[in-house]
Amino acid sequence: MSPKNMSSSAVLESTAVPDKSGKRFSLRLEYDSSRNRSPWWSPVLSVILALLLCAVFIAANGMNPVTVYEKMFRGAFGTSYGFTETLVKAIPLLLCGLGIAVAYRISVWNIGAEGQLTVGAMAATAVTIYFPDLPSFWAISLMLVFGIAAGALWGLMTAIPRTHFGVNELITSLMLNYVALLALDYVVFGPWKDPQGFNFPGSPMFTAAQSLPVLGTTRLHIGLVFGLVAVLIYFLLIKFTRWGYELRLIGANPNAAKYAGIHIKRHIIIVMLISGGLAGIAGMAEVSGVTHKLMQGISPGYGYTAIIVAWLAKLNPLGLIVTSVLFGGLIVGGYSVQTIGLPSSISELLQGAILFFLIAGEMIHRFRIRRSA
Amino acid sequence: MQNHSVEMRGIVKRFGSVTASDQVDFSANAGEIHALLGENGAGKSTVMSMLSGVYRADEGEILIHGQTAKIRSPKDAAMLGVGMVFQNFRLVQTLTAAENIVLGEKSSFWRGSKWIKNKHAEIEALGERFGLHVPVDRPIWQLSVGEQQRVEIVKTLYRGADIIILDEPTSVLTPGEVEQLFETLRVMKKAGKTVIMTTHKMKEVMASSDRISVMRKGKMIATLDTAKTGELELARLMVGREVIITRQEREAVQGKPLLTVNHLEVTADHGRKALEGLSLSVRAGEIVGIAGVAGNGQKELAEVLTGLRAWKSGEIVFDGKPVKTASVRGAIDAGISHVPENRMKSGLAGRLGSVDNLLFKSYRSSEHSRFGILKAAKNRSWSQELVQRFNVKTPELDTPVQQLSGGNQQKLLFAREVSHRPKLMVAVHPTQGLDVGATAGVHELLMELRGSGSGVLLISEDLDELLQLSDRILVIYGGSIIGETDHEHADREEIGLMMAGIRHREENAV
Repeated sequence: MSPKNMSSSAVLESTAVPDKSGKRFSLRLEYDSSRNRSPWWSPVLSVILALLLCAVFIAANGMNPVTVYEKMFRGAFGTSYGFTETLVKAIPLLLCGLGIAVAYRISVWNIGAEGQLTVGAMAATAVTIYFPDLPSFWAISLMLVFGIAAGALWGLMTAIPRTHFGVNELITSLMLNYVALLALDYVVFGPWKDPQGFNFPGSPMFTAAQSLPVLGTTRLHIGLVFGLVAVLIYFLLIKFTRWGYELRLIGANPNAAKYAGIHIKRHIIIVMLISGGLAGIAGMAEVSGVTHKLMQGISPGYGYTAIIVAWLAKLNPLGLIVTSVLFGGLIVGGYSVQTIGLPSSISELLQGAILFFLIAGEMIHRFRIRRSA
Repeated sequence: MQNHSVEMRGIVKRFGSVTASDQVDFSANAGEIHALLGENGAGKSTVMSMLSGVYRADEGEILIHGQTAKIRSPKDAAMLGVGMVFQNFRLVQTLTAAENIVLGEKSSFWRGSKWIKNKHAEIEALGERFGLHVPVDRPIWQLSVGEQQRVEIVKTLYRGADIIILDEPTSVLTPGEVEQLFETLRVMKKAGKTVIMTTHKMKEVMASSDRISVMRKGKMIATLDTAKTGELELARLMVGREVIITRQEREAVQGKPLLTVNHLEVTADHGRKALEGLSLSVRAGEIVGIAGVAGNGQKELAEVLTGLRAWKSGEIVFDGKPVKTASVRGAIDAGISHVPENRMKSGLAGRLGSVDNLLFKSYRSSEHSRFGILKAAKNRSWSQELVQRFNVKTPELDTPVQQLSGGNQQKLLFAREVSHRPKLMVAVHPTQGLDVGATAGVHELLMELRGSGSGVLLISEDLDELLQLSDRILVIYGGSIIGETDHEHADREEIGLMMAGIRHREENAV
């Protein structure tokens, strides 16, 4: 990254400042590319700073930030209804975030989870439309398989151009999101539209056999188990297997990985298949567990929020559980402050601010201030 | 005393424990082309980087036009009229040549077509004056490397530099372009500018410069008038005087042939020919040294042997079996280990701890993993043992290796490469950047490897090291081996000349 003839640290700027004794010394900002791991507390600090920043906006709206935050917290975690709703929102965030984390581990910047989720939801719905009478077990299993396959295929469409033609995956994965969303529009307005739906866009309602089991009377569905199992598997794979070691090596130093005889391209493809597949599960779980039909706006941006979730967890699988619940809570909390006259976009504001501070912290961490004569 | 336009006195620069520049005195005058000659790593670029504000000296002072100058940043240097043309250009690929040249200029907010037209004319006129044709309106990515360099030079001239430093300017040019560049340098010189050029190519120095300063291992060795010296003397200065070198004691080599390379042809990046009909052989229990100035195919040779690079034609036989395709895995499995040129770039993963770094080459073996699952506890104790055996000083096994000293990093790397009992080790600059103690440690390891019957191909620019360790020294020049001596008859002067592409017999004939 840094130019060849500079060492790992290079002086960026310098300012001469006379100190108290009148002797001149200078402060300089040095870039140190080896400091690429920010400390564990940087996500925590980012959240705190984001809360402080948004407090300013809340106060500007004439409200007490403390009351608002309290209300949000109560809404998301204070009642059993609120908490199950928070978990419902956390499921797609966890699954997409996990997929994103896998890819980011080897610096494959997949920002296409939104699209991968969408095609996953579409493929699962296709099962309900073309095989309407399958018994429950087969219906759910087939929907899951279709969801995974579609998401993985969408991931592959990003991976292959990257490995074989050097196309930046940021662009392809983002663009494919729009392709997926437009395809969704097409099917819900067109071929899959519910004939009994009073001409509203959307597929027919899923039957009970096509819906994921839920917990009691809540909306909390078994997708949570999918997510937790995926996290566990991922954790074990990363920690204990050769594959995990190879990912670790590629992530830490791709040159070294090549030198150790690891095929990086192959890994990019594998990782994008997994990444897309996990987002595909999220899409399947949304239609089968929450909405029970395919419709527009199946995801209110889960695939994008999941990027923040993964980043905030520092790609750590166990951290992902915490951050996805936190962000689920943020969404639910946002709804609950609407009753006191604040727009629910306050939660988006918070999400954005968290990401902002997180990335800023990541950058700032790489600099250090040096005092020299 | 003469009034020097640039004078550097007692310049010291340390990077960690390595002194890159040790009490260097240097001066250049207006209206001269001054060549700074030295091998790679001699400290030329470091010294020039301090003059242009990229680094700051730990000690010493710099005088520009007789006045003490505080150069804290490239901006300060530019204010003093110092401009540097770097080896890897600092150009924005998508902007045109003219846009790159005016980049950073503060004047004129509004930049209409008229302004651009004027600038084009101004830049073209400037280029013409110095014999530099610059295609002003073409984006950088469309230009050849030579053209890009011209843009860089015009950029420094446009910014009003009268002290112009060129870092290895000829390394990227074709012979025709080199001639053109020298012509430009002469025009600059006539215009009263100070031209400083770093290089390791003697022929070019003789052809272009007025004075020559020679550096070796961070020290300034001599400054000479080009007219009063010759390649012979320069070669001698570059490689050092005949110092007594304690050759490592050894038994004669009796091993069977281990590696045979015949007529190897390799094309490097950008289609440049890197190796042309290179042949060599290494026997078991033998250290073969490859001497040569950087960029003569050493890097590619090491890459081919370790499976990182494909070759075009030629034959490689290792351990009695012909090698068919380039494969890193294949090379590892065959028992070829590799100490790469830049340990932190490709040899180690700085962020990871010792265990992960030690497992690089062997994690696939049944000793370290089964059914795709790593044997974590066993690998840990194995790593602990290696760290102890090779005396790697690390606070903990999990400490990121980038926090270790260079010597300890290299020990760790050797521990890994030696641990799976290689038949052949390809070591590229294994002691680069190490202090005396760590260097001795590495030498000991290489001798042990030799003693245990492994072959070693030692690629190094440090002639002392080669003379000390090698059973035979081969000299690489222009992608092929142009000379060979065994360690009984090794003569540093002759090797130095061959490194410059001059064969001894030819020299006698002239």
